[in-house]
Amino acid sequence: MTVPGSWYLILSALLFSLGALGFFTRRNVLIMFMSLELMLNAVNLTFVTFSRMLGDIGGQTMVFFVLVVAAAEVVVGLGIIMAIFRRRSSATADDLSIFRG
Amino acid sequence: MIDLLATQIALPDLITFLIAGCAVVLGALGVVFMRNPVHSALSMIMTLFAIAILFIEQDAQFLAAVQVIVYAGAIVVLFLFVIMLLGVDKKEYLGKDRLRGQRPLAFLAVLIIFVEILTLSRGNWATGAKATVLSTTSPITNVEQIARTIFTTYLLPFEATSVLLIIAVVGAVVLVRRSEERTVGEGQAIELEAESEMK
Repeated sequence: MTVPGSWYLILSALLFSLGALGFFTRRNVLIMFMSLELMLNAVNLTFVTFSRMLGDIGGQTMVFFVLVVAAAEVVVGLGIIMAIFRRRSSATADDLSIFRG
Repeated sequence: MIDLLATQIALPDLITFLIAGCAVVLGALGVVFMRNPVHSALSMIMTLFAIAILFIEQDAQFLAAVQVIVYAGAIVVLFLFVIMLLGVDKKEYLGKDRLRGQRPLAFLAVLIIFVEILTLSRGNWATGAKATVLSTTSPITNVEQIARTIFTTYLLPFEATSVLLIIAVVGAVVLVRRSEERTVGEGQAIELEAESEMK
């Protein structure tokens, strides 16, 4: 018998929490971004686990779409970070207050 | 948990899961707690590879390949490029938080999130009808199954992703491009320099 699905779910819960911790505590925008990717990966792992538990391929298809959205999000996000950096020459999250209207 | 442990788990599966799980957690810890952003990016590669292994372990071979190619291959390299462009020697601002008491509150919130997801994920609570037509246990290969669902049931979302990717590319170009006036100004400056050199 393979490893039960709940183990995978616990692992992805741990991964999601670590990603959230990084997102809340770090100041470097790049590392906040990486933490966001960790959270997305945790959700992907959950999708695949449910796909196996329910015997449904739809979960894996959903992960495919999540990957596409993650790629697009990273491209635009890093573009924004570059644009901020050109103005402020530092990449901390507090600099994002320049977006205030 | 005890009844879970009592069930027979094949030893290779167990060992694979344990090693890949440890790699996932260690990599995530590295991303969150490393001082150097480059080290964080490299730790993230470890996490992503371990997740690809877990995908293979759960019969999602196509997604494992895509995970390695897109995440470890493209996204992390993009991160590394930006880190190199911005410079790694920049000190992270660790002074007073704008939001008072953010870090303790963050730890508390994360603990609550973790306990909540943990209680949700204990036991076999995933309900719903089991798929019959396209299931993960059918003899058709994994790639073919995903292709069938994408090009039949999810055709419209699939087309929408192509639009999304084009928007992302255009957005990135517009964001990173320098403003029009400045490029004109630089061009004039170069011309002026060239003229002065000729004189």
